[in-house]
Amino acid sequence: MAKYGNNARAIERLVRDAEVHRDVYVDQEIFELEMEHLFPNSWIYVGHASQLSKPGDFITANIGRQPVMASRHTDGSIHVFYNRCPHKGVKIASEPCGNTGKFFRCPYHAWSFKTDGSLLAIPLKKGYEGTGFTDTQANEGLSKVKNVVIYRDFIFARLSDSGVSFEDYFGESLSTIDNMVDRSPEGKLAIEAAPIRYMHTCNWKMLVENQTDTCHPMVAHESSAGTAVKVWKREQGDSTETPMAVQLYGPFMSPYEFYEQSGIRIWPNGHGHTGVANSIHSNYSDIDGYLGQMVAAYGEKRAHEILGEVRHNTVYFPNIMVKGAVQIVRNFIPIAVDKTLVESWVYRLVGAPDKLYERALMYNRFINAPTSIVGHDDLEMYERAQEGLKSNGNQWVNLRRLYESNEEQDVTAVINGTSERQMRNQFHAWAKFMTMDMDKHVEAAE
Amino acid sequence: MINEKTIADFIYREAELLDTMQWQAWLDLFHPEGRYWMPLEWQQQDPVLQPSLMYEDLLLLKVRVERLAGERTFSQKPKSRCHHLLQAPQIVACDAAGGVFKARTSYIYTETRGDLLERYSGWASHDLVQVGDSLKIKLKRVDLVNFDAPFGNIQLFM
Repeated sequence: MAKYGNNARAIERLVRDAEVHRDVYVDQEIFELEMEHLFPNSWIYVGHASQLSKPGDFITANIGRQPVMASRHTDGSIHVFYNRCPHKGVKIASEPCGNTGKFFRCPYHAWSFKTDGSLLAIPLKKGYEGTGFTDTQANEGLSKVKNVVIYRDFIFARLSDSGVSFEDYFGESLSTIDNMVDRSPEGKLAIEAAPIRYMHTCNWKMLVENQTDTCHPMVAHESSAGTAVKVWKREQGDSTETPMAVQLYGPFMSPYEFYEQSGIRIWPNGHGHTGVANSIHSNYSDIDGYLGQMVAAYGEKRAHEILGEVRHNTVYFPNIMVKGAVQIVRNFIPIAVDKTLVESWVYRLVGAPDKLYERALMYNRFINAPTSIVGHDDLEMYERAQEGLKSNGNQWVNLRRLYESNEEQDVTAVINGTSERQMRNQFHAWAKFMTMDMDKHVEAAE
Repeated sequence: MINEKTIADFIYREAELLDTMQWQAWLDLFHPEGRYWMPLEWQQQDPVLQPSLMYEDLLLLKVRVERLAGERTFSQKPKSRCHHLLQAPQIVACDAAGGVFKARTSYIYTETRGDLLERYSGWASHDLVQVGDSLKIKLKRVDLVNFDAPFGNIQLFM
């Protein structure tokens, strides 16, 4: 049945200039190939250094289907390795995070490893003398992920030995992470709590696409954000101050013109963001004392520059979205072709007033929680798409909005905010990283 | 006069209003300053500076209720229904003189929509106050046993 396996041309044919074939969302084999090629060839977010504040601290994650873990070593360095004992393959750590003390110990046979992954001890060591054990991969300890870059405390890893360097992969897109970090008067972010987790019965790419889809909020979210605005208008009475909650919901109902004008910026390799000129985060009330702190830390001009950058959603291809202005990162973790775990993390701006953290937490539960009415609107659409794409009536998904026939790939550009170009940008990158390590000479086998 | 039975009856009545989708009557059970809280941490103390699944005042609860009936509320086509199976409430405080009434109720909650059925287990903690002759909800706290699990949509009220 293999239709796409190691057949780069067949995969490339799923992505046209302004259309994609439904198999990218619903085909089981394509999903397996994403796990095997797309995720290992890309730079994937593993976690944040603030989750590893002390030696022995560790976190676990998956890159595609591969279980990995990151730990803080006694010398302060951070290491990423495969979460698998080199003996019989048992997962070393089963919790999302924790502290292992001075070493990791496999629960099955007590092989132990230093916090940099190297082999510390095996019980009954004598039994390995003269067996050639020292020449095996197991003797090296936990297998390391070699390509790891920690950028301003964000830990990224690439599993594949070859591929695009971190700098070339992200390039200027890192400016969104810069802006989020710079929003702390101390230039530092911290994760202090577990993420909100939300299971989606749909393909992971539907979520990623939706981050730069500005033509759906006023339609799909009329039921949630629209109702919030309506109820507030009716109930506000003499109140002159709009509650934080209504400030967060309200802008979702902005008209098309608002999104058109606020713009989208695209970058090479599938990254891009909404909210260039302004965004739905532009008009929140000031938080007492915060601007003063920022001016003291950065000077008048720089402080205003940092706070004036209110990007809406930045997609870091393939599967995270960073929302600098409210300090949220959403990680879209593929579980199956029609199942995606969404983890939404709130970062605290170290040194900033509590009120900013309160607002970020509120935004996260209003928009990103399984109990979020805005989330209900979105998930309903993804589930309907996952079902609807089974239809044979039309096998192509249309991404032609504001398409121009001479559209260049892998460039930086600022465009109309209602364009679907960032989605086209993502699918160009999708085909590129899917087929990067495949033999391009094999012809389609149909 | 509020006594232990009045408190228990109030909690059964609240569940009945939810199960029969009498949303407005349910909202009327809340004190104007009332809150509905679903923590995201074990024995969580702070609803504001720790993450929660829900922490809503009456305005936000009204938004939810109004949304359920909205013409363009696509996630309610078809509509959800729910069922509460409550254990006898454990009365934590019944101090009529001090005006403090608290109860903790263990429950199994079922929410269903279309062909799907999801089941949740937890404890509801009620902080009630007396207004006139009746009780009002100051805080309803809902602690799920698996608060940290990745759920699908939870659209109604536990």
